[in-house]
Amino acid sequence: MIRSVPRSRVFNSLYLLYLLAFFIYLALPLLVTAVFAFNDSNFPSLPWQGFTVDWYFANAAESGNRTGLFHDQGLLSALWVSVLVAFWVTVISVALGCVNAVLFERIEFRGKEVLYLVMLLPLVIPGVILGVSILVFYSGLANEVSLRWGIELDLFRPGLPLVIGGQVAFITTLSTLIIAARLRKFDPQLEEAALNLGATPIVAWFTVTLPWLLPAIFGAAAMAFLMSFENFNTTVMLTGSDTPLTVALFNRLREGSTPVLNAVALLLMAVSALLAMATLRRSQ
Amino acid sequence: MNRTAGKLSLLLLLTPFVLWIVLLVLLPHVQMLRISFQVRESWDSLDWGVTQYSNFFAESYYWRTFIRTGVMSLLTTALTLVIGFPIAWYIAKLARGRARGLLFLACLIPFWASELVRTYGWMILLRESGLFSSWLQALGWVDGPVEFLYNDVAVIVGLVYNALLFMVVPLVTTLDGLDDNLVEAGYDLGGNHWHVLRDIVVPWAMPGIVSGCIVVFMLTLGSYLTPTLMGGKDSAWFTQQIFTQFITRFNWEQGAALGVLLLVLSSLLVWLGLRLTGQNLRKVLG
Repeated sequence: MIRSVPRSRVFNSLYLLYLLAFFIYLALPLLVTAVFAFNDSNFPSLPWQGFTVDWYFANAAESGNRTGLFHDQGLLSALWVSVLVAFWVTVISVALGCVNAVLFERIEFRGKEVLYLVMLLPLVIPGVILGVSILVFYSGLANEVSLRWGIELDLFRPGLPLVIGGQVAFITTLSTLIIAARLRKFDPQLEEAALNLGATPIVAWFTVTLPWLLPAIFGAAAMAFLMSFENFNTTVMLTGSDTPLTVALFNRLREGSTPVLNAVALLLMAVSALLAMATLRRSQ
Repeated sequence: MNRTAGKLSLLLLLTPFVLWIVLLVLLPHVQMLRISFQVRESWDSLDWGVTQYSNFFAESYYWRTFIRTGVMSLLTTALTLVIGFPIAWYIAKLARGRARGLLFLACLIPFWASELVRTYGWMILLRESGLFSSWLQALGWVDGPVEFLYNDVAVIVGLVYNALLFMVVPLVTTLDGLDDNLVEAGYDLGGNHWHVLRDIVVPWAMPGIVSGCIVVFMLTLGSYLTPTLMGGKDSAWFTQQIFTQFITRFNWEQGAALGVLLLVLSSLLVWLGLRLTGQNLRKVLG
């Protein structure tokens, strides 16, 4: 099936047809979501009623009964919550990822193999389970403390700190893998040269090793931000009164869908596409 | 570096790792396991027992959903592999230069949107007032609106869609390393497509196949959004029952037991998959 291996014409055209069908299948749901964000109808379905930007800019207080995304306080605050959570998850998991990468790539110690396997564990735990176990542990702890000593540990009740913790639990593994892969390709002689030239280990780390790692660190940060922003399974178990965007959208969706959801979806697609493009460009 | 400095730096590097893994992963899971064996007798007295687990086996709704979720996840994994393999083969072996990069990028694009957005897109297409139904009516093939959503097929379509990337990327990576000469040699020695696929391509791609299958299976088994939004009343997913116990009914003991069971099922099947194909977790994921 390699190019040099002769194939029948029928096989070839069938293969191309399959390829075409596959990419249509990939694109179709996203395409309709994007298109219906501009349909001048109260439902995201046919018939097409004409083009409108109401689902972004309409203000129910001023005119009509439509509330566009940019006037929808509920969605805007959920968006803000998501950005806040994603920011902290990115900072914590990338920092942890750097430390872990150095630990596993540069240091020799007993039990390293076992710890490496433990480090991979969060990847094979379903997100919902990760969420409920953290809920059980920390909320249980808060209940216990409150019962015994009357101290309220609100930090451990469902809310943003727990959401951040739950996401950090598995995103750290991913950022560790990304940064460790880059560190593995680093030539330690470069660092030794810096030390020979009189740099202290810390100076050598910041002037030689860290710049080498930067592309991976940016890649890991973009990945962490996107993963955090999109996460639902772990988040939904840990969220309190401030709901991040995915959970807010899910709740809206169950009440019934309006094109404002399409508007949000398109915005999300655009922003994550930009972020992904920026990382791809950097890594090339 | 002298010994003390070495010890100190190991300690400094190990501490964040240990804090993360113990506080956010190990302790919570131990606690979940512990709670699943607790029996609440009244509001302030607890006892140990397997009540929650016997509930699971006694209540057919629980274990039927459990089996259904497992079987449907396996089916999704198999379908994803079958659908994704030719695509990965084309990208890794047949496409050239720019086309190759573009096709790979096209596979990534849907995953720049979140699972919620992807599922929502499918709902717009499949539901009664959706696009497929409208097109079929416009073509005159059906008389009234058709509901494609809220059944098992819809759930599988959504799950396969959500999982494709995690299958295609590892497949492309491993197939990329396969030397074309090996495949040609296979044909030169008189093998047909089937022989070459079975004896050369698949054994070579095995690490990618196993890694893709494990990730896809895990994601599917643990997914909540797609089965909830696209499935009907009868297509319950096991994660929904866990969610119900925790959030709706506030029965943490039962929820913890169901969570442990799901974790056991997923670990068992992943372990079995690794054993049967002779791979190990580190090679596959790390």
